Amino acid sequence: MSETEHAKHLSLITVVTTGTPMVIEQIKNQLDRLVPVHRVVDMTLLGGSIERELAMVKIKGSGEHRVEALRLADAFRARVIDATTESFVFEITGKSDKIDQFVELMLPLGLVEVSRTGIAAIARGPEGMSAR
Amino acid sequence: MTEEMSGAEMVIRALADQGVQHLFGYPGGAVLPIYDAIFAQKKVQHILVRHEQGAVHAAEGYARSTGKVGCVLVTSGPGATNAVTGLTDALMDSIPIVCITGQVPTHLIGNDAFQEADTVGITRPCTKHNYLVKRIEDLPGVLHEAFHIAASGRPGPVVVDIPKDIQFAKGIYSKPKTFPHTGYKPRIKGDIEKIKQAIDLMAHAKRPLFYTGGGVINSGNAASDLLRELVKLTGYPITSTLMGLGAFPAADPQWMGMLGMHGTLEANMAMHDCDVMICIGARFDDRITGRVDAFSPGSKKIHVDIDPSSINKNIHVDVPIVGDCANVLEDMVRLWRTGAIHPDKKALGDWWKQVDKWRGRKSLAYRPSNEVIKPQYAIQRLYELTKDRDTYITTEVGQHQMWAAQFYGFQEPNRWMTSGGLGTMGYGLPSSVGVQLAHPKSLVVDIAGEASVLMTMQELSTAVQYRLPIKIFILNNRYMGMVRQWQELLHGGRYSESYSEALPDFVKLAEAYHAYGIRCEKPGDLDHAIREMIDVDKPVLFDCVVDPKENCFPMIPSGRAHNEMILGDAAESLDSAITEEGKMLV
Repeated sequence: MSETEHAKHLSLITVVTTGTPMVIEQIKNQLDRLVPVHRVVDMTLLGGSIERELAMVKIKGSGEHRVEALRLADAFRARVIDATTESFVFEITGKSDKIDQFVELMLPLGLVEVSRTGIAAIARGPEGMSAR
Repeated sequence: MTEEMSGAEMVIRALADQGVQHLFGYPGGAVLPIYDAIFAQKKVQHILVRHEQGAVHAAEGYARSTGKVGCVLVTSGPGATNAVTGLTDALMDSIPIVCITGQVPTHLIGNDAFQEADTVGITRPCTKHNYLVKRIEDLPGVLHEAFHIAASGRPGPVVVDIPKDIQFAKGIYSKPKTFPHTGYKPRIKGDIEKIKQAIDLMAHAKRPLFYTGGGVINSGNAASDLLRELVKLTGYPITSTLMGLGAFPAADPQWMGMLGMHGTLEANMAMHDCDVMICIGARFDDRITGRVDAFSPGSKKIHVDIDPSSINKNIHVDVPIVGDCANVLEDMVRLWRTGAIHPDKKALGDWWKQVDKWRGRKSLAYRPSNEVIKPQYAIQRLYELTKDRDTYITTEVGQHQMWAAQFYGFQEPNRWMTSGGLGTMGYGLPSSVGVQLAHPKSLVVDIAGEASVLMTMQELSTAVQYRLPIKIFILNNRYMGMVRQWQELLHGGRYSESYSEALPDFVKLAEAYHAYGIRCEKPGDLDHAIREMIDVDKPVLFDCVVDPKENCFPMIPSGRAHNEMILGDAAESLDSAITEEGKMLV
């Protein structure tokens, strides 16, 4: 989460949670009553919101593993953002399940560690959150 | 109206501009500049308490009895942590408080400095909002916004943490007209369509019931007046939570007494059996609902609350109305008056007959005694001897609190100060200090237990210092009575640590504080002793030695439903007409 509109001191925070409808309503009301919170919008109820994550994935290896990692990264449209003779760091964006799958595939190829953002979401269409 | 001054001067200036007359506090290293600013003026009177918890409770008593914001000033570290109990109490009971805390200088924050505590971190879950002011430019706006937030919407405590260097820094003071938190807009006006739906449900009810709470009190006197009007208009029975006592007069025939764990049989049975429940400014808390899945199974529920997060939290309601009680009640009264409403007189007559049958059980009855003072009798006599005076009652927490709620008849709002949500033992004495300051000519009585009152006894010294003639009426049964009662009912009578082995001599204790001590041990002496207590123009510690074995009934054991009440043996024996039902209930 970071500031998204500097002039208005606004940040758009995405919260992901599960619960019964009563619990979800309670969570929204509890968030809404925090004084600094401007607006709470339920992206799930809105339908059709776009959700993305970014992850940086470090692998260490040589020979066949290295080639295979590169090949898979290409298939997943992950970019190489750092490389040494024995390692790569890939940058990948997408839905959570795509990133989960990529990380799982990297596991036998020398996965060292993953840094990922969690979900950032935005609604489809022309309207911003303040209009909802 | 802009002036240059120090941060410390801004604090006192902002309080004065907000109309604050009394500030409850305790000095320390990190607030010395503010104490210097207090020294230099006369508008805001500082009341020196003996412990910071006492400062917050005093401010709560002040706020609750006047409807104004209560103000507190404490130092950093232990000053702030000692205030936490009071802040949590104010949050749970929706009491408007502004608490200024000193903080170590900004460059020392996070340094484990002397008397440093992460005050905003610690108080985040126990305040409505809090601030750490790191720039002198922000201070005037924050101070005034703190009052706005504490008092508006659902009231609550607000902490303003001010580092010592900010108190010394010079800046420009002005009173802001707007606040930057554009997202903070409490909903005052209820949705009129929903209110119409509610009126429609109410109009067609066969077994209706008003269930009201502290929100009506918080909404101001107009809300209580409108509630009385609506209840009169409809002719429906009314009950209230602990926090709501006084919004509707206890002497009125439509009044059914308090509901909940120690509420009357008629109130709880009516809650269980009603077909339309009109909840105004109450929050379906667990002391009210008992077993949630058996709570009022056959009713349609209307819920008026200013805080949307109180609606549908514990109990699903059919008509939720977010808004201020006074505002919504005004709409309800208007719609009821102007609508073509023809209540079902036959059904309502039957309903009142049923209610009277429950009342006939006399669920509050107890066995009187000529030998030993029954605690219920003590409260009844206190009520009889004080009801024609201008009286305010505070309490501690436990059996005495429940007996006070059951036997003291509150006729007006803002006359009853008790710790409901948090259940803070030690609330009553400091609270009565705040009440007496706000109402110097009135009679202020703290109905106390001997265990609770020892938790904040040191505030008697505050009362003596400011010549506040508070009356501390201790129902002394030498037990933590409610703990003992639960141990008796639920833990096989194993009274683990609930007996007070070594109590002080309260009369001598009063004398040691330069207050006035009275002890009373016989029912025959009680009236005289209470009159003496009222007449003495000094703080009084009244040691009322009561029956140590008495339990507080009726009672819904936790996890049970409203129709599974336990009644006292006196109530059972009075029951003649409906024996079978009575047996089933016990």
